[in-house]
Amino acid sequence: MSIKPVSGPHVAAVRRVDQIMRQVIVALTPATALGVLLFGWPALYLLVITVLSAMLFEAFCLKLKGAAATPYLRDGSAILTGLLVAMTLPPWAPWWIGVAGSAIAIVLGKQVYGGLGQNVFNPAMLARVALLISFPIEMTTWANVTPLFTGPGLIDSLTLTFSGLDGTDAVTGATTLGLVKTGFSQSQTLPGALGDYSGFLAMIGWERGSLGETSTVLLLGGGLWLLRKGVIQWHIPVSLLVTVLLLSSIFHFWDGGHYLSPWVHLNSGALMLVAFFIATDYVTSPNTPLGQLIFGAGCGLLIFVIRSWGGYPEGTGFAVLLMNAVTPLIDHYIRPRIYGRYRNGKPLDISNP
Amino acid sequence: MLAFLENPRLRGGIHAEEHKQETSGQPIAADFPLPKKLFIPVQQHVGKPAEPVVKVGDKVLKGQLLAYSQGTISAPVHAPTSGTIIDVKDYPAPHPSALPVRTVIIETDGQEQWLKSFPPEDPFLLDPEEICSRVGGAGVVGLGGAVFPSAVKLNLGRKNQIHTLLINAGECEPYLTCDDRLMQERAEEIVAGIRLMLRGMQAPKAIVGLEDNKPVAFRAMQAACREFDNISVEQVPTRYPMGWDRQMLRYLTGQEIPADGRATDIGVVVHNVATAHAVYKAICLAQPLISRVVTVSGGAVGKPQNVEVPIGTLMSEVLAFCGVDKAKMARLVMGGPMMGDALPISEVPVVKACNGILALSRDEIEEPEVQACIRCSSCVTACPVGLLPLEMASRIKANQLDSAVDLGLKDCISCGSCSYVCPSNIPLVHYFKFASGELVKRQQAEHKSEQTKRLMNDRNQRMERARLEAEAEALRAQEARAARAAAQAAAQQQAKVEESV
Amino acid sequence: MYVLSAIVIMAALGLVLGLSLGVAAKYLKVESDPLVERVEELMPGSQCGQCGFPGCRPAAEALVSGTAPVTLCPPGGTALIEQLAKLLGVDVDLSNAQDQEPMVARVSEETCTGCTRCFKVCPTDAIVGAPKQIHAVVADACIGCKKCVEVCPTECLQMHPIEVTLRNWRWPKPLAA
Repeated sequence: MSIKPVSGPHVAAVRRVDQIMRQVIVALTPATALGVLLFGWPALYLLVITVLSAMLFEAFCLKLKGAAATPYLRDGSAILTGLLVAMTLPPWAPWWIGVAGSAIAIVLGKQVYGGLGQNVFNPAMLARVALLISFPIEMTTWANVTPLFTGPGLIDSLTLTFSGLDGTDAVTGATTLGLVKTGFSQSQTLPGALGDYSGFLAMIGWERGSLGETSTVLLLGGGLWLLRKGVIQWHIPVSLLVTVLLLSSIFHFWDGGHYLSPWVHLNSGALMLVAFFIATDYVTSPNTPLGQLIFGAGCGLLIFVIRSWGGYPEGTGFAVLLMNAVTPLIDHYIRPRIYGRYRNGKPLDISNP
Repeated sequence: MLAFLENPRLRGGIHAEEHKQETSGQPIAADFPLPKKLFIPVQQHVGKPAEPVVKVGDKVLKGQLLAYSQGTISAPVHAPTSGTIIDVKDYPAPHPSALPVRTVIIETDGQEQWLKSFPPEDPFLLDPEEICSRVGGAGVVGLGGAVFPSAVKLNLGRKNQIHTLLINAGECEPYLTCDDRLMQERAEEIVAGIRLMLRGMQAPKAIVGLEDNKPVAFRAMQAACREFDNISVEQVPTRYPMGWDRQMLRYLTGQEIPADGRATDIGVVVHNVATAHAVYKAICLAQPLISRVVTVSGGAVGKPQNVEVPIGTLMSEVLAFCGVDKAKMARLVMGGPMMGDALPISEVPVVKACNGILALSRDEIEEPEVQACIRCSSCVTACPVGLLPLEMASRIKANQLDSAVDLGLKDCISCGSCSYVCPSNIPLVHYFKFASGELVKRQQAEHKSEQTKRLMNDRNQRMERARLEAEAEALRAQEARAARAAAQAAAQQQAKVEESV
Repeated sequence: MYVLSAIVIMAALGLVLGLSLGVAAKYLKVESDPLVERVEELMPGSQCGQCGFPGCRPAAEALVSGTAPVTLCPPGGTALIEQLAKLLGVDVDLSNAQDQEPMVARVSEETCTGCTRCFKVCPTDAIVGAPKQIHAVVADACIGCKKCVEVCPTECLQMHPIEVTLRNWRWPKPLAA
C-alpha cells in the first residue's frame, strides 16, 4: 500500500493569479475611461476590438497546443495584454491595427515562447514597436481631443474605425514629443518648438496621444494603488522615473534650448504607463530588488537617450524591449545574498575576529 | 544603501492568520484520561534508534527505562505510566508515509506508580557534567520539533565555551500555543530549567526570545527572571518564521551563523523553551521525559485546547477528547500548518516531536489548481534565507539538480513561506523536499559505488592470491616430485653401487 | 577595380587567419586527461553489463566515440546522465528521465541447493554461503547485475526492489502543472 504523501504548507491559498490580473485591470480603468472620454466612440470600438481579438488569439493558440482554453482565459492575462496594447495605440487607429497588435502580442509575444510566464519580451511593447515600424503612418496619426459626445456619433465612429480616416488633417495633429522633434529638425529651439504646450493639461491628460497614455495623474494614481496592494514593488518605477528626471534635469540645465524640461518628459508619451504597468511586468523583469533597480535605471536611460537623440520621438517601447533582453543576464549575475554566506556564495568566515 | 536593501535584520517571511486565540486563553488541560494502551516508538529523536531492554510480559513502573540510547547521538525512551509490556513490534509511525517503526506497546494498569527516584538536594550544586548526563539519561530532546538530543547540545556548548544561551520561545507557526501556555503557567519552572542549562554549559547568560503576539507570556517570563540578572527576556516582531533560530539570532544579536557552521561557532546555543522545562523536570524532580503539552486545534475540532498527554497516546484518542468532528476533518497535521506533516491515519502515537495536532477542515486547506509560474518573484521576497525559489523549482522540474544546488538548494530550511505566497499555487517546498531527498539518494549511490569498487578490488585480489598460491603449490608439488624422483634415482644408484661392491 | 581588390583582400585575410588558427590549434593546445579516463571515473564501476557493453571501460569508450547515448547506464540513474551530458557536451532532455528502481537479488531458501555457482560469479562477493549450505545475499553489497540469477540452476535467485523503510523513504516528485 503506497500512500501519496501531501506536503505542507497546509493553509488556504491567499493569492491567485486572476486576482492579480484583475487588480492591474482595475488600476488601468481610470486612465482607459479618460481615454474613451477624450477621444470618443472610435476609441471605445478600438479598445473592444483589441481586447476581444486578444482573447480570440489566446483561445486559438491554446487549441493548437491541445490545452483546455477556459482556465487560461479566465486568469485574465489575455484581457490584460489586450488592454495594454489598446492603450498604446493611436485612439482613432483602424480596426485592423488593433487586431494585428493583439495577434503580435499574444501569438508572437507570448504563446510561441510557451505561454504565460515564458516570454522574454513584453508582449504589449513588442506589438507596439512592430506596428510602429510596419505601419508608421497609421501609428503616428494622432487624433485631436474630441470629447465623447462632441465628436463623431456612434455610426460615424464605426465608419472611422472600419474604413479609416479620410485624410482630413483637421482632426489630427502631432503629439508634444513629435512636435518638438520636428521642430528640432527645422532648427527651432525650445521653448518655441513646444508651441502652445500646457503643462497642466498634459498632466491631466487633455492632449494628443495614445488611447490610454495621456493622463499622467490617473496613471500615477493607478500605479500607487498597485504599490499599496503589493502587486508591484517600488524599485522599477522609482528607478525609472528618477533616472529620467535626473538626466533630463542635467541636460535641460546645460542646454535648455535643445533638451526638454523634466516636467515635459514626465507628462509626455508613455512614461507613466511604462513606469508602473509595462516595465513592472513580472515575466520580463528581474527577480531581485537590486536587479529591478538596474533594470529601471537602464530603461530610464534608454528612454531619455532615444527621446533626445534617436530618430523616433518616443523611446519607451524600444527601451523596454532592449532591457527585457538584458533581464536574463541581470538575473544570472544579481542574486540575493544567502544567509550565512558572502555575496559570492562562500560561507561566512568568522575565524578572524 | 545596498546593505539596507539586502541585509536587514529581519528578512522575508510571511504573516499568516494566527488562529491562536482559540487556544491561548485557556489553561493546559490536566484531566486527559489515561489511555488503555500506549504505543512508544524507540525512535523519537535524531540519531540512532534506542534499543529496547524490556520484553513482552515485563511489568514496568512509571518512568522506567524502556530502551537505552545507542551511540553518542541518541536518546533513551521511558515508560509514561505503569503497566505491562504487551508487545514490541513494528507499528505505523506518525509520518506522512505511515511506514512502521519499532514500537513498545504498554497496557496501562491505571496505578500511575512511579519508579523510585532520588531528586538532588540542591540541583544547582551539581557538576555541569552531571547535569548533562542526567539530562541525557532522562531522554530529553529538543521539544520544538527538531528532537535533537539535548544532552549532546549541552555538552557541545560547554566544550565550545559559549557565551549566550538563546531560549527559543518564538512559536511562530499558526495555531500552536503550547509554548505560550507553558510560559504563562510554569514560568518559574522554566527559568529554573534555564539556570540549570546555563550551569550545565558553564555559560554566563541567557536570552529568552518570544514573538510580540504573546504579551501575557512575556510578562510572566519577565516576572520569573527578575531576580536573575543574567537572564533577559526580549520580544521579537511577529513574523513567520521568526522561530527559525538563525533568524532570531540575527535579529537579537545582529550576527549570522556561517552557512556551513552551527550556532556554537558564534558562541551561542539555542534550546526550545519547552526543552528548558523538561530539563527542570529531569534534574529537580528526577522525572524523565514521558509527557508533553500538545496544542489540539483546527476547524474540525469542537473544543480546541492545549492538553498534557503521555507520550505514546494515540492521536485519535487525543482528538476524541477534544471533540473532533471526523466528517469535517479534511486533513490531519502533526505540528504547525506551515512545516507540519500531513498524516494519513490518526491511530498513530504522540511522540516527543509532536507539538500540535491539527484537524483541519476543507476551507482551511483549500487550494486551487497548480498553474504556470508567472515569475512574480513574490517567493524571492518571502524567502527568509535569501534564495530564488522560482529558479530552483524550475531546475528541479527539469531534473537539473546540480543547477538547483548551485542556486542554494542546500540552504533551504523548508519553511514554506514561498509556497504560501505563490499565486500560481506551485508546491515549491515539495519540490525542494523532493530534491533534497534525491541528493541524499545520489550521495548514497556514490557511496555504494565506491563500496562496490572496493569490494570488486578485494575480490580480484583474493582471486589473484588464490591463483598465485595454486601456482606456487603446483610448482612446489612438481619440485617435490622431482626431488623424490631424484632422491629415488640416487638411492637406486647407491644401491647398485653397494651391490657391486 | 574595387571588386578585384575586395576579392584579393578577403582571400588573403581568409588564408592568413586560417593558417593562424591551424598553428594555434597545434601550439596553443590545452592538455587534459584523455576523455575516456574522465568518463570512466564517472561510471559506477560495477561492470554489470546492463548497458550492453562488457564493462564500464568499453562503455566509456563507446560514449566518447559517440556510438552510445548518455542514457545507457541504468544503475547510474539521472545523476549520471546529467554528469555525462555535461562532460561530453551533449544536449539531453532530462525532464522525463526517471531513475530505475534499484533491485537486489534475494535467495529463496526453500529451493536453494547450495551448489555455490552463484557466489563464484558475484563481482562484489555479496553472496555468502558454503557448499551444500543455503546461500544468502548481503543486500548492501548487491549491485543488481543479475549474473547470479543467470547461473542459478534452480531459479531460486530473484530480483526484488529494495524495501522502503522510514530510513530510506523520500518525498516523490510533485506532479507538473
